[in-house]
Parts: sequence; structure tokens; C-alpha cells
Amino acid sequence: MSDLISMTASDAAQALAQGSISSVELTQAHLDRIDATDAAVGSFLARSTNALEAAKRSDKARHAGENLSALAGIPIAIKDVLCTTDMVTTAGSRILEGWLPPYDATVVTKLRAAGMVPLGKTNMDEFAMGSSTEHSGYHVTKNPWDLSVAPGGSGGGSAAAVAAKQAPLAIGSDTGGSIRQPAAFTGTVGVKPTYGAVSRYGVIALASSLDQVGPVSRTVKDAALLHDVIGGHDPHDSTSIATPWPSMSAAADAGAQAESLAGVRVGVVRELAGEGVHAGVRQRFEETLALLSDQGAEVVEVSAPHCEHAVAAYYLILPAEASSNLARFDSVRFGLRVTPSGAPTVEDVMSATRDAGFGDEVKRRIILGTYALSAGYYDAYYGSAQKVRTLIQRDFAVAFEKVDVVVSPTAPTTAFPLGAKMDDPLAMWAGDVTTIPGNLAGIPGMSLPMGLSPDNGLPVGIQLMAPAYQDARLYKIGATMERLFFERDGYLVSQRVPEVA
Amino acid sequence: MSEMTPDSVRHLASLARIALSEEEISRLSGELAAIVQAVESVQKVATDDVPPTSHPLALGNVFRDDVVGDTLTTEEALAGAPDHDGSRFRVSAILGEEQ
Repeated sequence: MSDLISMTASDAAQALAQGSISSVELTQAHLDRIDATDAAVGSFLARSTNALEAAKRSDKARHAGENLSALAGIPIAIKDVLCTTDMVTTAGSRILEGWLPPYDATVVTKLRAAGMVPLGKTNMDEFAMGSSTEHSGYHVTKNPWDLSVAPGGSGGGSAAAVAAKQAPLAIGSDTGGSIRQPAAFTGTVGVKPTYGAVSRYGVIALASSLDQVGPVSRTVKDAALLHDVIGGHDPHDSTSIATPWPSMSAAADAGAQAESLAGVRVGVVRELAGEGVHAGVRQRFEETLALLSDQGAEVVEVSAPHCEHAVAAYYLILPAEASSNLARFDSVRFGLRVTPSGAPTVEDVMSATRDAGFGDEVKRRIILGTYALSAGYYDAYYGSAQKVRTLIQRDFAVAFEKVDVVVSPTAPTTAFPLGAKMDDPLAMWAGDVTTIPGNLAGIPGMSLPMGLSPDNGLPVGIQLMAPAYQDARLYKIGATMERLFFERDGYLVSQRVPEVA
Repeated sequence: MSEMTPDSVRHLASLARIALSEEEISRLSGELAAIVQAVESVQKVATDDVPPTSHPLALGNVFRDDVVGDTLTTEEALAGAPDHDGSRFRVSAILGEEQ
């Protein structure tokens, strides 16, 4: 097998099952790829030192005839927000530099139990606060499509790793778009499952009512396979959904085999596809809507009028929850401790540590969240934002009475140049307008590449959203759309990524 | 709404236990004034008849049996601490001289 790093996880799993490749070969190929490209791309914060051991174990189990999971022996990159006992976990923050967690996140436990091979931890905006990965406390990750543009964020490392073929799969987390927007920017597939579909246990919390872990991949089928591994109820997470889930991978297979989109009702969210969407993104989006119609889908316009206030509500709810969650970084139990001179109290030490250990964006959001939760302002800010959340949920409920899925561009623009928005937090936040409503409503969303922008040749993503619990619908319809794009273009967007110099 | 002055940022930073420098306080008071203005729009639509949503999906309380589960050992719990005495986290004085 000459090109192990270009294989989809699904194809690699098949080759492993047939015995034509080994997990050690597959893992070594990806380790070599990381060695060759990560100085340029910067996807990883930490590298596993025992990946080949895990690969050997998987090969041995296979030779012994053990009953293996579909993704046994497949390498995977893990966003640094998930706790791993064998790799330093920092959430991209200096305050956790060098921290080795005493337990694995449930998702990581599931990956290991499935015989998958963790390669390393991927870079991210500090505590997942950002949309470009430039707010990492460590280094900037570059977009493999153009090393001068951002890979998106906060999960830019996971998306860049999968786009650059450093890993066939990665784990991301999505609080306001941190899986979907980087997927759109890097020509990959990213899914934010229904809130509660995947355990948050051992995932360093940003905003607990919004955070959700999900798959990053190069095809819909691969994302579905990974979703099947990581999803399901976890008693360690009290917001984890206890109901059983259908197979996402079976849904993806059904979608790939579907002859057309006949009978599928697609709603175009007027407020998410209007002003602010750049010309090249708009062109690809309109071409896609025409393709969907041609293939039998019923495409109608739907309205979600309160999405206008989604970004404002989000930037009250998120900082409020984050300011509370990040109180745990107190210089006592883990992470950095900075002791000022003189006879400092524990409070002085805590305050000095948090000033030294947190970056600018984190401080900005903690102060904003502290303000939003302050006595006298709570109702006006946090309370009002929670009401907007109700209104947005109602908007989607009305839309889903008429359509099966709603669609929009995943992001209003293609990947922007590094540094372009670093001095203007509001401009950075405004780009999240398309992805945030899904988090506020708790519904599942998928970003799928729908072509390259005629403006700059960079990938453009389409976002599909479905009602809560209907994640399988995204994989089914997404897989059909992916096939239609392939038949139209003769390639998948992810296959066109330029060779990283 | 209150002005986002350097004094109010200083107060919020003390509540959040972040020893911001004067330079940071000055920069943040400008940025946060613009941000607060931008997010104020939520108040326009948040009328009295709309109930707040704290959680995206309706969930009841979750109980478990009152039995010992998987817990960290003392050694594991202390492993990442900046300072400890073998059985407890060690910190500097809780109260300052003026307290």
C-alpha cells in the first residue's frame, strides 16, 4: 500500500481486516507524516510516545482472532481539551503547562477500548476560546491549504491534522462552532452531535450547557464510524443522554447508496445565508442548493429571526459559564503557581497565577462573564441571554415542522489570513454567527465541504442541522450530498489539499 | 447600564481573582465597553413572557446509588499539585496581616 496516509479510515479499516496492511505500518506512516510536516503546520501540542505500542497490541489482537471494533488499529489525533493519562493535557493554556491528568476522559477511554491508536494532542485556542487557534498559549497552527491563513478554531489543530493527512481522524469539541468552522476552513468534515450525545466527562469545561465533543474526518462515513465509537450514555456525565442511538455508520451507508434526495425537505435559513456571506461562499452555496433541487430535494426558505441575537446571547452565556468553570484554576490542585514576593496570602498567589497563566482572550471573557453574573446585572444580561436561547429554540422547532434539515454556509467566509482579526475581538466573534445557533438550541450540526471558493481557491463548507436526537439524519443526507459533490467534481475537496512544503 | 470604567474592571478582576496590570485594566475597559454595548441587544427581545432556557434539552435530575465508585487515590489527586505534604495540598496563608 503506497499511500497509507491518504486512505480514509473506512478503507484503512477494511485493509486491516483483510490483512493487507498492519496497524503498525499505518501508524508509522502517520508518525512519519507528522515528523515531515508538523514544523510547517503546527497541529500538535504533544505527541504520544506509545502509539506504536498501541498499534502492536491492535495487530496482535487481530492475529489472535479477537472480535475487534470497526476502527481498531486506526490512528487518531485528540484535541488537547480531553484528559489523557499518557499525554500532557493543557487545553492550549500555559496555566496547565506540563499537566498529566490522573484519569482519561470517557471519550479517550472509548477510543482505547476500541483499539484505536492515539497519535497526539492537537493545538487549540486557549480553553477553546477563539475562532482561529491563534489564541493558543503555545503556537499558531497554519492551514494546510495556505500556510498564511488560519485553520479556524478553536479546533484548528484537529482540523489541520486531518486535512494535512497527519491523521485520518481526530476528536474535536464544539461550543460555538469549534468543530464545524475549522472543518469548513480546512476542507474536512466535522460534526457537533446533539448536546449530551457524547460524554463530556474528562473534557476541560468551557461552557457546560454548550460544550459537545464530536468527530473530525475527511469523509462523512469516517465521521459516522467515529461517532459510533465515542457516542452513548456515560453515568459520569449527568447531562449525558440515556436513550439508545441508531448506528451513524449505517445511516451514512444508506445515504451514500441513496439514488437521489427525493422526499428530503431542506430549509435554507434566511438569516444565516444573507448579508455578510462573502461572494465566493455564496456562489458555492447557491450552486449546492440548485444541485439539491436537481436531485429531488424540496428546497424551501425558512426563517429563524432570533438568530440575529444569537451571537450577543452566546457572548453572555459562554463567558458567564466559563468564568465559573475556570475558577478551578486556582494554583492549588494542579497547574501553574506564581508566588508574588513578600508575604502573599493564598488569594494573592491565586490572583498572580491567574494573571500570569491566562492569555488575553481568556481574561477578557472571564471579566465579561463575571460582569454578566454580577448582582444587579444578572437579569439584564445572563437572564436575557437565556430568554434569547428559548426564542432561538422555538425558531428551529417551527422550521423543523416544515423541513428535515436546515442548511447554511458553515461560515460566512473562507479561512482568513493569520492575524487579521486578532486586534478586534468583536470581528472574530461575528464570524461565529452561523454555528452558534446550533449550540444554543442543542441540535446536531455537520460541516461538509461543498467546493473551493472561486475567489481564493480555499475550501467552502455547508452546514446541515437536524432536530435534537436526529444525528443519524445528518449522516444519511450528508453522505448523499458528499456523493453528489464527488460525482459533480470528480474529487472530494479534501483530496485537493496542496502538498505541505 | 454602568460604564465600563477602569475602576469597574479593577473590581471585576478582583472578584475573578486575576491580578491585572494597570495596562491590562486600561485596555480591557475600552474593549469591554464596546463588547457590552454589542451584547446589550439581547434585552430588546427578552420580554417578560419568554421563559429562560438554562439547558438545551429537558433533563431531570440524575441520581446514582450511594456507593463508592472509581475515585482517585491521594497520590493521584496530589500528583499535579504545585505543592503538597504527602496527604494534603499546601498553600500560603489564608488570612493576611490586616485580616
